[in-house]
Amino acid sequence: MADKVLTANRLSDGISVWLDASGNWVESLQDAFVARHAEAVTALEATGKAAFADNKVVDVNVIDIEEVEGVLRPLRMRERVRAEGPTIDYAPGYKGLTGPVHAA
Amino acid sequence: MYRYDEFDHAFVADRVAQFRDQVTRRLSGELAEDAFKPLRLMNGVYLQLHAYMLRVAIPYGTLNSNQMRMLAHIARKYDRGYGHFTTRQNIQYNWPKLSDTPDILADLASVEMHAIQTSGNCIRNVTADHFAGAAADEAADPRPYAEILRQWSSVHPEFSFLPRKFKIAVTGAERDRAAIQVHDIGLHLKKNDKGEIGFAVYVGGGQGRTPMIAKKIRDFLPEEDLLSYTTAIMRVYNLHGRRDNKYKARIKILVHETGVEQLAGQVEQEFLQLKNTELKLPEADIQAITEYFSPPPLTDRPEGWANLAGWKKADPEFGRWVQQNVQPHKHPDYGMVTVSLKPIGGIPGDASDSQMDAIADLAQEYAFDEIRISHEQNIILPHVALADLEALYRGLVSIGLATANAGLITDIIACPGLDYCALANARSIPLSQEISSRFGDPDRQAEIGELKIKISGCINACGHHHVGHIGLLGVEKKGAELYQITLGGSGDENTSIGEIIGRGFEPEKVTDAIETIVNTYLSLRTDPSEIFLAAYRRVGPQPFKDALYGGNAQEAA
Repeated sequence: MADKVLTANRLSDGISVWLDASGNWVESLQDAFVARHAEAVTALEATGKAAFADNKVVDVNVIDIEEVEGVLRPLRMRERVRAEGPTIDYAPGYKGLTGPVHAA
Repeated sequence: MYRYDEFDHAFVADRVAQFRDQVTRRLSGELAEDAFKPLRLMNGVYLQLHAYMLRVAIPYGTLNSNQMRMLAHIARKYDRGYGHFTTRQNIQYNWPKLSDTPDILADLASVEMHAIQTSGNCIRNVTADHFAGAAADEAADPRPYAEILRQWSSVHPEFSFLPRKFKIAVTGAERDRAAIQVHDIGLHLKKNDKGEIGFAVYVGGGQGRTPMIAKKIRDFLPEEDLLSYTTAIMRVYNLHGRRDNKYKARIKILVHETGVEQLAGQVEQEFLQLKNTELKLPEADIQAITEYFSPPPLTDRPEGWANLAGWKKADPEFGRWVQQNVQPHKHPDYGMVTVSLKPIGGIPGDASDSQMDAIADLAQEYAFDEIRISHEQNIILPHVALADLEALYRGLVSIGLATANAGLITDIIACPGLDYCALANARSIPLSQEISSRFGDPDRQAEIGELKIKISGCINACGHHHVGHIGLLGVEKKGAELYQITLGGSGDENTSIGEIIGRGFEPEKVTDAIETIVNTYLSLRTDPSEIFLAAYRRVGPQPFKDALYGGNAQEAA
């Protein structure tokens, strides 16, 4: 069985999140709780259902990962992009509303 | 352009208030996701890989400076400083918070815009020729008819829950710049021998996993019958379109499975019941809508001709931009300007908030406040005096939007792909950036000539790869990206679906493969006037297969 983590998108802003060992939804895959056996996966799935029902998150999924030299890496490309963000420099210079005027 | 009346304002305001209440109830937990999802989709709010995505309708790709400034404002205030113009002439924001979406919709409503029917199994944003109202080859402006269709189809109770989404495109010129033959309904506005306005009606085109070219079922439909005939088509589709299989639910499948003659017969039968009912368009109503689209006061500006010659001589870069990005206008002293959103190595269709603001300023100063979005993901300023081209060009240079590549190999269409889209299997944007960078040299692009590359990150074909002269389709194979290449597609008046050339290519090998295809074309074209598509149609796939796969028949199969 591949190792697994629980992921979702936060209801309020849609940002991708992963479940950590304390039961919090965090924005970094690297902080996720890793289920390494069937019982732990079952617990993850139950937690996911409860969080969905509790209207904290949406699009809840258990995904396959591997750990390479201490770094968690989803097996599917889709999940790697979700975890790391767009692979392109999509908003060059953008620093948010409070930042300096951004480049064109 | 069309301006909201009191009814429109009240309707959109009510819709914003309704959605605000729905979002509030969702965030409080009163509404569950299953109940809320169809409601948010009806208002253009999707959930993508990293965040929500809001798709805003730009009716037939037409907007004014005030509206463009609002799009910039939304990018700045609620998103990450940019927006993405799409192949459906819309704009998408990739990072809005759900909790902000009611405010965004309220801001949009203040400039007569909304996101209604940008999702769901309904009639979507009606698209049109981006040169409408300005093109020299146009029989009539298609936008009044697109607007009539927009009003008729907005929250149409009978057609809000169709078997599947439904897309209508309208062109008013023989040269089809709206890709009408790959739409559910394509309308070709024309005049008959008596000078009367009517439509050739195409039905059942589309891309996606089953690409099909639309079939013409009417040579000339009088304009007064536009809504009754369209309603007849919709009724036949609504009744007989498949609801058992999402992938076979589009009207193209119905046309294919029923047969075009039988389907056309069903439409005509339905039309007999509807003709001369309240759906008949009164001449006065057509006139009233048409007046909204009256051309701007294009005074003669003959001085532009002499100026232009001098400016071109003084600045070859400017000359190249005029050559590539300015098309003849119906008024000889004016031009139609394509503002390329394809900077070399950039992201196709993306514009920053400051670029959008600057375009709004330039449109106001030099283009009668008119802006269009093309389905090729560029911005169009349809009415610019030749005498103002140099000043406009300087303005575009200052915001990084003066790339002289309209219609060339770096003017690439690309869907958001796996960088954003929840449906995608592979990335589109990085591929387009690499190809653009490889072929970015202006002289090389000019030598290659007209060549349309279109990239989709999944079989849903938002990047129109089926009708690319060179099409790229990203798939996932064994957990990695692989790109299938098609050749010979075209989305114009001679629409064709591209043919798969052979086995797919890994991402790092795609640009080399494109180069091989381009070099093969250059070596076999009769002369530089024979563009890639014409050469491909003349010689067929074999020379390209040979170049890509050598003698390996299995790979080229």
